[in-house]
Amino acid sequence: MTTNTTPQTDTAKTASAPAALLYAVIGGSLLTIVSAFLAWTWTADFPGDLTFYGSPAGLQYVTLAGAALTLVFALSALGVKGLGWLTPAGSRKAVWFLALGNAAATWFTVVAITVVLGGVINLEPGAYVALVGSLVPALAAYKLPDDTRKAAAPKAKLPSWAEILVITGVFALGLFVITFGIDTDDKEPQLFVAYLITVAFAALALNKSGLLARFSALTANNRQVTLIGTAAAAIAFPFIQQSGDTYTLIAVNILIFATVALGLNVVVGLAGLLDLGYVAFLGVGAYAAALVSGSTASAFGIHLPFWAAVIVGALASLVFGVVIGAPTLRLRGDYLAIVTLGFGEIFRIAMGNLDGDSGPDITNGPNGIPNIPHLELFGWNFGESHMVGGIELGAYANYYFLMLLVMALVVVVFSRAGNSRIGRAWVAIREDETAAEAMGINGFKVKLIAFALGATLAGLAGTVQAHVNSTVVPENYVFAGPVPPNSAFLLAAVILGGMGTIRGPILGAALLFLIPAKLAFLQDYQLLAFGIALILLMRFRPEGLIANKRAQLEFHDDTADQAPTDLATAKAGA
Amino acid sequence: MNTMTTTTDTTTKTTVLEAKGVTMRFGGLTAVKGVDLQVNAGEIVGLIGPNGAGKTTFFNCLTGLYVPTEGSVTYKGTVLPPKPHKVTEAGIARTFQNIRLFHNMTVLENVLVGRHTRTKEGLWSALLRGPGFKKAEAASEARAMELLEFIGLEHKADHLAKNLPYGEQRKLEIARALASDPGLILLDEPTAGMNPQETRAAEELIFAIRDKGIAVLVIEHDMRFIFNLCDRVACLVQGEKLIEGTASEVQGDERVIAAYLGTPFEGEPGAAEVAEVEAAEAHAEAEAEAAAEPEAAAETETETEAEAADEDEAPATDADAEADADTDADSTTSTTSTEGEAK
Repeated sequence: MTTNTTPQTDTAKTASAPAALLYAVIGGSLLTIVSAFLAWTWTADFPGDLTFYGSPAGLQYVTLAGAALTLVFALSALGVKGLGWLTPAGSRKAVWFLALGNAAATWFTVVAITVVLGGVINLEPGAYVALVGSLVPALAAYKLPDDTRKAAAPKAKLPSWAEILVITGVFALGLFVITFGIDTDDKEPQLFVAYLITVAFAALALNKSGLLARFSALTANNRQVTLIGTAAAAIAFPFIQQSGDTYTLIAVNILIFATVALGLNVVVGLAGLLDLGYVAFLGVGAYAAALVSGSTASAFGIHLPFWAAVIVGALASLVFGVVIGAPTLRLRGDYLAIVTLGFGEIFRIAMGNLDGDSGPDITNGPNGIPNIPHLELFGWNFGESHMVGGIELGAYANYYFLMLLVMALVVVVFSRAGNSRIGRAWVAIREDETAAEAMGINGFKVKLIAFALGATLAGLAGTVQAHVNSTVVPENYVFAGPVPPNSAFLLAAVILGGMGTIRGPILGAALLFLIPAKLAFLQDYQLLAFGIALILLMRFRPEGLIANKRAQLEFHDDTADQAPTDLATAKAGA
Repeated sequence: MNTMTTTTDTTTKTTVLEAKGVTMRFGGLTAVKGVDLQVNAGEIVGLIGPNGAGKTTFFNCLTGLYVPTEGSVTYKGTVLPPKPHKVTEAGIARTFQNIRLFHNMTVLENVLVGRHTRTKEGLWSALLRGPGFKKAEAASEARAMELLEFIGLEHKADHLAKNLPYGEQRKLEIARALASDPGLILLDEPTAGMNPQETRAAEELIFAIRDKGIAVLVIEHDMRFIFNLCDRVACLVQGEKLIEGTASEVQGDERVIAAYLGTPFEGEPGAAEVAEVEAAEAHAEAEAEAAAEPEAAAETETETEAEAADEDEAPATDADAEADADTDADSTTSTTSTEGEAK
């Protein structure tokens, strides 16, 4: 018996320090969870009404979720049976990031209460419990020994039905998280900030724990299921909107923004052409569609069916793309950026001046083209709510579905064009134009195709945008402004999300639309904060939030050098 | 010299490339002056010359990167348009002196880009993904893998080009050039920076390319490499073609040697010193001989050894003596190293 116990105590001793720290993390998390059920303040003046004992409310949900995640991951780190799958690539960083995120969100909440209500006097004991409870895990987890390791292959392959179940579950969860973010009240910027902090740290933690990598391997194995899941989650969004149409409109605008960003991604991400006036192509499409869609203010006074308006808008953008591209794409480097910047401004100012005073009366000048009638397709009026399966869908849900279709089309165009002879030619031009020409690529022609394709996709999105907004004004198409989409934000969405990827610009567009919309209180400081955020991102993750394989290897030389050498030595050894 | 046994089948003497009076001026500077060059099918032609002689400029004129100020370039009888992609389409492929791979594309993708001119699938075909598109993609990929096997990189098809070692990057550049099914390949210093083993491998590779029926025009500084490899060698000096002929003709030509190492002339700085050293040596020798008799044999030996060392050093400063020496391994390396100093 004694011989048996000695080695056990030895291992217990060596493991005792991290175990104690982990118990501290667990204890702190539990305390935080308890605190979420206590009142944090005595008055309902603070948004979200955190005055209840016995049930969480508003911001406390965020703290609760963060603490629960920390708890689960700490238990996994402790080696609790059945939770090991959570941390295939090491638990320390995951636990630490989660604890840190939870502490940041909780402390932010408490500080916000103090500032908004004016003084610490407004805090109830529950808030102090939360402060302590969230701080302890963050400090304890920092001291944990680093156990980062290469994720081992999963021991047993899940049966395919289980894989599908996992994917479905994750998509449902993702849909819930995104919906929560979009549906936060604009009057409660604190909730959105806390939500953003928690989600950002949780995403980082999941990435570090190796769980994201495992999940993406799973989705790669089940591409059909993943595609259907993505589509289902996207379609489900309007159906789970309880508070009417408001947030569906935000989603529609995100989709428009993301679609245009994807179009820009062809130009910037694949072909490497810096286009600083891209929003003008969106404007060309919107104006063209508005002029032929029966608006009372239209100079033409014709009302084409929607499909015809789409073709007119896309073709108009295509023509403008070729007209702008043909003379400038023969040049290299920054000339294109300057010319496109100029074109963007010329377009906006020209639209403002074509009002009959200083030019022909086509666009109604700065007043724009109002009263664009709602779409009607197959007897389905887009301006009205409809009952689908017993759930009332607001008017914007129609446009939401239409925009989903347009975006799906753009995604297909992007992935198919990118992964082909022409797409390789674009990347080759981006990499080294001289070498590409020497390999037989007609640089000018190939670049013009990329430019024209990008313009056409933007024009396509513009035709829908004209109908969604029901009015088209020149001020929507500026180079930089607080409201996306504008050229600067489009470019930022592509770069922030990750150039050359599909998910990247979509994520970037969603963030860049939601953050200004939800944090309206920042007002004039929005652009400043935006600039700082971009600088920080370029410093710490230059390849964007979602890196494509190439960029990941490009910017992180350590990993880039490592992998092939490992391979080479492995091969030599074998 | 013993490896100069590169007997080629020169029965098919069809002209692949013919450059006539190619002149390239940049403002007042004439980089290439009236160069004629002919490359026949199945031939490996070398182009040598000191740094700055205009070799790469001449290459750029041939491949359409520069538009020659005067003169014409014809490929298999048709005058080439001065557009790089059209030149490649006509059948001339090239590599670059400083490797210009598409660094952030995979090895396979690099070669697939080289297939560009030999495939026709445009944007519509890529978007619609018909059966023709899939067939063409599969064919391109098969051909690219074939080329990767030819250069021995098929196991690294999925690596990023930038992560390849230097020698393999050079090889990949050649494979990329070969992907356009050229009739003539222009190699710009294919062995620059390579070690002797890699250089030998490159030699084998170029012979293999020739055996595929592709004519080769190669710029190189490694004299042994070029004299082993080439059926004909042309030497370019200050933009003008000095001489063209077989390797031994060029090698023995005094003007070539002078171009690389400079000509000794009366009053040359340093000449006086050389003469002085020689005189001193002669004097020392005479003295040593005189002293050898009364002194011990051991001493004489040490002294003659010192003399021998002196003598070894003295000719090294003398250009003619060194260049005339047989091109064994030592002299080649010293020639190439002196050439760097000469310019």
